[in-house]
Amino acid sequence: MAETGDRVREWPMPDGATAPTTTAMLTLDGLGVEANGRRGSSRILQDVSFDIAPGEAFGLVGESGCGKSTVALAVMRYLGRGLSLTNGRILFEGRDVAAMATAELRALRGNRIAMVYQDPMSSLNPVMTIGRQLIEVPLLHGETDAAKARARAIAMLGEVRLPDATAMMERYPHQLSGGQQQRVVIAMALMAEPKLLIMDEPTTGLDVTIEAAILDLVTELRAKFGTAILFISHNLGTVARLCDRIGVLYAGRLVETGSIRDVFKAPAHPYTRGLLAALPEHKAPVAGGGHRRLSPIDGTLKAADRARTGCAFAPRCGHVEPVACETRPIALTAVMGDGAHMARCSRLAVVAAAKPSARTSMPAAAANRGQVLLALDKLSKRYDLTGRFGFTSGASIYALSDASMAARAGETLAIVGESGSGKSTLAKVVSGLIPATSGSATLRRAAPHSSAPGGRLREAESPGATEDTGALHTSAPGGRLPTGESPGAMQEEIGTVGVDQRSPDTRRRIQMVFQNPDSTLNPSHSIEFALTRPLRQQRGLSRADAKAEVLKLMERVRLPADLLRRKPHQLSGGQRQRVAVARALAGQPDLIIADEPVSALDVSVQAAIVNLLGELLETGDLALVLISHDLGLVRHMADWVAVMYLGRIVEYGPASQVFAAPFHPYTEALLEAAPKPDPDASAPAIVLKGNMPSPTERLAGCGFASRCPKKIEGVCEREMPPVRQFGAHTIACHRELSGGATTSV
Amino acid sequence: MLRFAAKQLFNMGFTLLAVSLLVFMLNEWTPGDVVSKILGPYANADQVEKVTREMGLDRPAIVRYFEYMGRALTGDLGQSIVYRAPVASILWDRLGNTLLLAAVSFAVIVPLSVVLGVLAGSREGSFTDRAVSVFSSITASIPEFAMGVFLIAIFVVGLGILPGTSPLRSDTGWPIWSQFVMPVLVVTLYDAGYLISMIRTSMVEVMRQPYIRTATLKGMSFGQVVRGHAVRNALIAPFTVILLQLNYLVSGLVVVETVFAYPGFGRMMLEAALAKDIAIIEAGTLVAVVVTMLTQLFGDLGYMALDPRIRV
Repeated sequence: MAETGDRVREWPMPDGATAPTTTAMLTLDGLGVEANGRRGSSRILQDVSFDIAPGEAFGLVGESGCGKSTVALAVMRYLGRGLSLTNGRILFEGRDVAAMATAELRALRGNRIAMVYQDPMSSLNPVMTIGRQLIEVPLLHGETDAAKARARAIAMLGEVRLPDATAMMERYPHQLSGGQQQRVVIAMALMAEPKLLIMDEPTTGLDVTIEAAILDLVTELRAKFGTAILFISHNLGTVARLCDRIGVLYAGRLVETGSIRDVFKAPAHPYTRGLLAALPEHKAPVAGGGHRRLSPIDGTLKAADRARTGCAFAPRCGHVEPVACETRPIALTAVMGDGAHMARCSRLAVVAAAKPSARTSMPAAAANRGQVLLALDKLSKRYDLTGRFGFTSGASIYALSDASMAARAGETLAIVGESGSGKSTLAKVVSGLIPATSGSATLRRAAPHSSAPGGRLREAESPGATEDTGALHTSAPGGRLPTGESPGAMQEEIGTVGVDQRSPDTRRRIQMVFQNPDSTLNPSHSIEFALTRPLRQQRGLSRADAKAEVLKLMERVRLPADLLRRKPHQLSGGQRQRVAVARALAGQPDLIIADEPVSALDVSVQAAIVNLLGELLETGDLALVLISHDLGLVRHMADWVAVMYLGRIVEYGPASQVFAAPFHPYTEALLEAAPKPDPDASAPAIVLKGNMPSPTERLAGCGFASRCPKKIEGVCEREMPPVRQFGAHTIACHRELSGGATTSV
Repeated sequence: MLRFAAKQLFNMGFTLLAVSLLVFMLNEWTPGDVVSKILGPYANADQVEKVTREMGLDRPAIVRYFEYMGRALTGDLGQSIVYRAPVASILWDRLGNTLLLAAVSFAVIVPLSVVLGVLAGSREGSFTDRAVSVFSSITASIPEFAMGVFLIAIFVVGLGILPGTSPLRSDTGWPIWSQFVMPVLVVTLYDAGYLISMIRTSMVEVMRQPYIRTATLKGMSFGQVVRGHAVRNALIAPFTVILLQLNYLVSGLVVVETVFAYPGFGRMMLEAALAKDIAIIEAGTLVAVVVTMLTQLFGDLGYMALDPRIRV
């Protein structure tokens, strides 16, 4: 059994970085951190050892609560109240950080080691100008000339590609966009040219295009300054793009470490294997509909798992063997004799021999599949800004312009785009939270698929459904309005009707699942209450019937019935999101709008929720509108995709066609920017610059023209792009795209 | 910025007009009239009618209101019945005394509260924090009159080093400055307790913000972080409350002024109200409104100076 020793390692070096040395820049040796509270102590980190060579980028991944941020803060010796270093050493350039005097520590912080944080907005002081916050750094670390410090700050703002650096110095954090703020934080960290840069989830919460630009910037600056990086993330894709080596944390223990290639290509620890298997495949052909199943990791991390003597992952592991895994501490073991790739598992051979479970694929054979349940036609939302005294100021925000699309039974309509693209406005209009200004949204009833009267009609109508194209007009030929039935019962206009004016039945038929289940479930209501209320109110069930129905719902979302008496805070994030899904299902809706349903959840839990949503679609009664910025998820789930930019749909069509050429330049940029959990994936060829224009302007031409890498000078910014039709697939672009027949705007 | 100031001034003028009309009308409609007050309960109807005519009270209220406002603009606020003197002379005198007491108190209260609040809030749960918290909740919970009596027992009766009353006259045997000590002490102890806990809470909140961690990890010392990054942020939320104390200090010092026989604005208003001295009540109310509106204006301007996110 190989142990971590003084072996000389060969570090993979990035181009242009400083020459490798045998001494590590940062060494964590058997790091242990404990939290001491009123109810005794608990282990936060246990025996965490790794080192980072000068100029190297080390990625630390793990799910929420695994201790990744604690590692970062321990290196800076900034442990929160009640946390203490109990074991091991942290050596930075050979000196023990824990033994440093306060003055020595302060000379280290911000100077030799600097940090970039998640959520740049809150990491910057809101009442100080960018300039003052930057200048502070050199002035704290030996610079006495304020003018020199200022010049350096301006130069550094230029390095992080911020426009007009001199003017930027006088601005306040709130006047900058999220991407710009993170650039400022990076500039602040690099002010003193640190030897080690710690980045704690630096791109979480930013749009994919901005994330790609930030990662690009970090790669570039790293090559230029030769800075070593400790990169902390829950996103395997960003780690794969940026880092040389990776460490996987689980329950405060490092379970696997090695080069990016080794770990991604041949993961050894069951947990790492599980994490990678839980991700939607980014290379698989787009079949759509979420009909393939992802493989979530069973179970959840329990607090008690941290205290286990043996493997912390044992309760969730499929290869567990009581004696080997649970009786004694398990050391990091070399994988296949390779000292650079190690895993903390006592059954490596067994695990390696096991085949990853085959992804099951479910046929979609529901009767109603393909029927249009919601049709949007030129739906628009304009906010008129009111000036003083309530008069209109003439300015308007064009949040949504001429959006036409359809959601079909048994299928997923995915809406993608950066923040500010109008995705959420669309969801709010459909759910009735804000009424549309013009256009229509038509909610239709699925033709009954059982022996109910009218069942015959469906067969005559359904062939048109799957071939339906692009914009759907209620009066379009092939509209499936069964003659003989009253139109009011079968379809209903909801676009301009606010939720208060909608009938209880209409409200029941549209339900939402939100991003953050913590804030959408009332913390003082039990799960049972949260589920019973919609059953009683929307479906008018009796107390006894509702009780039986709640149990069925819990079964449907795969939750044990004994959770019913619990309050939301007693559940895990994944369980809470299941409850949110169950609550949405309680009213037997026709349409579920899921706004970023998994982005607040851990990877291993995401897969289970995605599977659940996929299962729900198989009944065929339900259409899902999925709003997401995660293109991996969209690729996995969507049957239809609408790509939005600045309130307009730039590309719309069946998923398999949207994810294949020809692309709208914006779609192409989004696809390029999405981080892929694959060390072989090439760096994005197109990285969008700049920001989305203000939605208060009424642009004459294409909204994307200001950032488009393929802009035709003099045309794109002046004229509205024509909508090009490729069968069911439409792209709004001036460029000639191969195989397209142009239709009028 | 200029537009903002102009608009605020316009709003102030409008509010002042509305309040004056309201107060005038209220006094007009409350039972009992000025004339019977002046003449006493045994005056006959003829006398009452004669005086009413002489004073012009038989004319419509709206006419008299405009007359009153016209005279007020020239500085003539009418005659006080209680003090048997022009309202203007009494009002400005009393207001001056109160403003002096308020200014001295404010100058003590604010720095004291900021220092103690910041000290306590910057190290939540420390000994300093707990000591300051206990001190502030004790002083804030003792009413002014109890505090006054209590302090008089110590410093006046017990130690005999301070005067027990503050009529602001030099013939009492105590220098004028020494007559300020007791009222200021009572007001400060009572009022600062409240402000300290407000500022402490805000400071605790700010110290938990990520930008404080950013500042610390830049290599700053604790003192540098507190002074450079925390204090200004911590003052934004309590700022309104700090300025509201000015209103209290101008028109709410009735109890303290009464306890120490201080010839101030609050006591004047109390006496006028008890005697139904309408001229004083009207003029005093307008002054109180002006003070409130001015502090509001300062509040808005101060907010803008403290927090760059707020712009007009």
